[in-house]
Amino acid sequence: MPLAPGGLLQLSPEGLYCPAAKAWIDPWRPVPRALITHAHADHARPGCGEYWAVGSSEGILRERLGAEINLLPVDYGQLHRIGEARVSFHSAGHVLGSAQIRLEAGGESWLVSGDYKRCADPSCAPFEPVQADVLISEATFGLPIYRWQSGADVAAEILAWWRSAPDRPSVLFCYAFGKAQRVLAELHRLGVSEEVLLHGAVERLMGPYREAGVAMPPTLPLAQLERGSDLAGRLLIAPPAAHRSRGLGRFAKAQNGFVSGWMAVRGARRRRGYGRGFVMSDHADWAGLLQSIRGSKAQQVYVTHGQSNVLARYLREVEGISAEPLEGRFEAERFDEEEPS
Amino acid sequence: MEAFAGLFQQLDGTASTSAKLAALEHYFRSAPPGDAAWALALLLGRRRKRLISGRRLREICLAATDLPEWLFEACHSQVGDSAETVSLLWGQHPASTIDGTALSTWMEERLPKLAALQGEEQATAIVECWASIPEPHLLLLNKLLSGGFRVGVSTGLVTRALANSAELDESLLAHRLMGGFTPSSESFAALLAPAEQGEDHAARPYPFFLASPMERGQLLDSQPGNWLLEWKWDGIRGQLIHRSGGCSLWSRGEELINDAFPELISLAEALPQGTVLDGEVIVWPADAPHPEPFASLQRRLGRKAPSRALQRDCPAAFVAYDLLEHAGSDLRQHPLHERRRLLEALHQGLQGTQPVLRLSSTQALRRWDELDELRDQARLHRAEGLMLKGIDSPYLVGRKRGHWWKHKLEPLRLDVVLLYAQAGSGKRANLYTDYSFGLWNDDGALVTFAKAYSGLDNSEIKELDRWIRAHTTERFGPVRAVEPLQVFELAFEGIQHSKRHKCGLAVRFPRISRWRTDKPACEADSLASARALLEQLP
Ligand SMILES: [Zn+2]
Ligand SMILES: [Zn+2]
Repeated sequence: MPLAPGGLLQLSPEGLYCPAAKAWIDPWRPVPRALITHAHADHARPGCGEYWAVGSSEGILRERLGAEINLLPVDYGQLHRIGEARVSFHSAGHVLGSAQIRLEAGGESWLVSGDYKRCADPSCAPFEPVQADVLISEATFGLPIYRWQSGADVAAEILAWWRSAPDRPSVLFCYAFGKAQRVLAELHRLGVSEEVLLHGAVERLMGPYREAGVAMPPTLPLAQLERGSDLAGRLLIAPPAAHRSRGLGRFAKAQNGFVSGWMAVRGARRRRGYGRGFVMSDHADWAGLLQSIRGSKAQQVYVTHGQSNVLARYLREVEGISAEPLEGRFEAERFDEEEPS
Repeated sequence: MEAFAGLFQQLDGTASTSAKLAALEHYFRSAPPGDAAWALALLLGRRRKRLISGRRLREICLAATDLPEWLFEACHSQVGDSAETVSLLWGQHPASTIDGTALSTWMEERLPKLAALQGEEQATAIVECWASIPEPHLLLLNKLLSGGFRVGVSTGLVTRALANSAELDESLLAHRLMGGFTPSSESFAALLAPAEQGEDHAARPYPFFLASPMERGQLLDSQPGNWLLEWKWDGIRGQLIHRSGGCSLWSRGEELINDAFPELISLAEALPQGTVLDGEVIVWPADAPHPEPFASLQRRLGRKAPSRALQRDCPAAFVAYDLLEHAGSDLRQHPLHERRRLLEALHQGLQGTQPVLRLSSTQALRRWDELDELRDQARLHRAEGLMLKGIDSPYLVGRKRGHWWKHKLEPLRLDVVLLYAQAGSGKRANLYTDYSFGLWNDDGALVTFAKAYSGLDNSEIKELDRWIRAHTTERFGPVRAVEPLQVFELAFEGIQHSKRHKCGLAVRFPRISRWRTDKPACEADSLASARALLEQLP
């Protein structure tokens, strides 16, 4: 369903548009002014005139969109006047520097959630509950079968799995930005201090996390590993796109696992040929979605990403909240790839 | 059930054969015989009895969790399995942490008791049961209840693990397992008893020797003359036995199918005592040049005591491939050419009195580069392809590469572009699963060519569904036109001219064989390449 004309936010061919601020939120095409919820590729795209984003995401945005982009770093909670609108960024707990964006003008307030989660994550700031009249929420894991354990519990499983194979290497596949660093930070909390090997795609994003002061075990880029060194008992973190690629030939005898919310479903793992699935997501689970939507006190909710139809119907019929799916080029996180592109 | 649940998780959580083997051996060495017997039966897939339907479990879960039914359906279409959906939804509730009940007690007492209950009483008992076991066991329990227990281990691997743990010969164990195993501590002990001289297997068939898909590189170094070539028929593999104990016909699924094929049992009675034939059960009228399609055989399968009319309409034949036992002695270690000679002699000795026994005809090949040409003739003979068997090959157990190869007919394939999508029905009602595909015409436009419903796995279906919703250009009622960007490889069995189709062509059994995410739409195939396929066909 499209957004009603005349509202604070509208759906244009470039994406979600706020006429009062003359700004687009996570636009799909190049625009003069973009407000960015976070640096994942389906939210931050190259070619825009100016980018407004949380300061701690700057390093990653420049790494991905180019060092020369015109970026205006903001702090969480700071109130900005952009055009006729008042705009603020609030922590979404999704990845380093991720934000929910709140816009207000003409007595109307909207909240664009971006991607968010409610579980604790030592690699980024926690989710901040925010209220608004209208909420646009994601629904990547909008089904009651999705329910997350704490990241610390899953990391303990990962550690036990790694330790169970001292005679061969272990390869852990996870999204290069966000999940990889979250796993590392959780491992550090469990007392892991030995060097972890990183695929190049993960390595490239480590700098901003180290600078932000996220404590992680020491890491070594795979490319710097000496030829012929013993890989037994070593842990390598690599993006899913590297699964079955030729680049990991030295790890042919390794045990492998995949860290993703999709791993909650048995068939999803088996079909892709991963040995072990670890259920850990940077998106809200069913309970987290409901908790956040109720907490926003929004009178109208629009749902994007993944299970938008299901979640909207549940909100209407069971929760009694006015809700509709919002169609457009909102893509859910893809299961088998690095990120949507 | 802790140990078996642990084994299930270990087997499910690794793709490595050696890790699976180690986990199985460890389990068989440490489990009490009563549990090990049940584990064996379950792992061999011989105990998939449905005690309670998935539908009933769903009903109980819905009532106990207060979820709307449509939401359960949405979850089910993501998961693709009722027992697992129920387990994931129920997992929201706090559960116990330990399950002290033995596997054999579950299988012999608790589960049958649950199944015997009815109505409200049953629902309450099942909910109590769910609440009393640790969460990771929920899936296992619901799979056992609904008869859907499956885990990725082959019969061969389970047999090897058990043989290793009991220090028994693997093929002896495989033979002892043929034709059924009823789980109990006694039967398990008998299974693992030391080998005896001249062990009598009564009516037991031999474990079947299976062919692997052909690996061309493995053949080219050898002489074509060292291989016996025969058609691969589209029936069911079977063993026809006449021993002192009587006559029997076993399917490859190790089921006794005597009752369904009385004419083949009469054939067995006409064979000399101490004979075991390996061959194909197929519908093939006496004077017909070709067998009937598999659909005819299906009418006979599972039909106990077929009527005279059915036997006349769909007459069964046994196409003999191999002679495994002759005059009471096991020939499996003898080379194939010797077994074949004895088989031919046996066939000749019957002097045409048994027309339902057909000798598999052998094909001659002079040069390897003629192999595919010969294979393609299988279509004319209504066969599925070609079998290649080493003339010196013994008759082994299970799938062992190197001796026997199967070389199946290739489906025809074209790369097509997704044009329209429509929501499916039933459990896929909320997903776009019915697709129409196009090919490029000479003017550079896409023309609808074929429809297909299947071929993608669940996660691909979900992913494509999301893509379709985000890239719809127009809607016509339930149909969405999408941006012509996604390319799929379409496989089909035949292609012919058609006036009813806009593109002038119709295909048989189209299905998606692969999502070509690597190909842009401009590189998809054209109608001209489809017409070229048509010209190449016989
Ligand atoms: Zn994201
Ligand atoms: Zn996203």
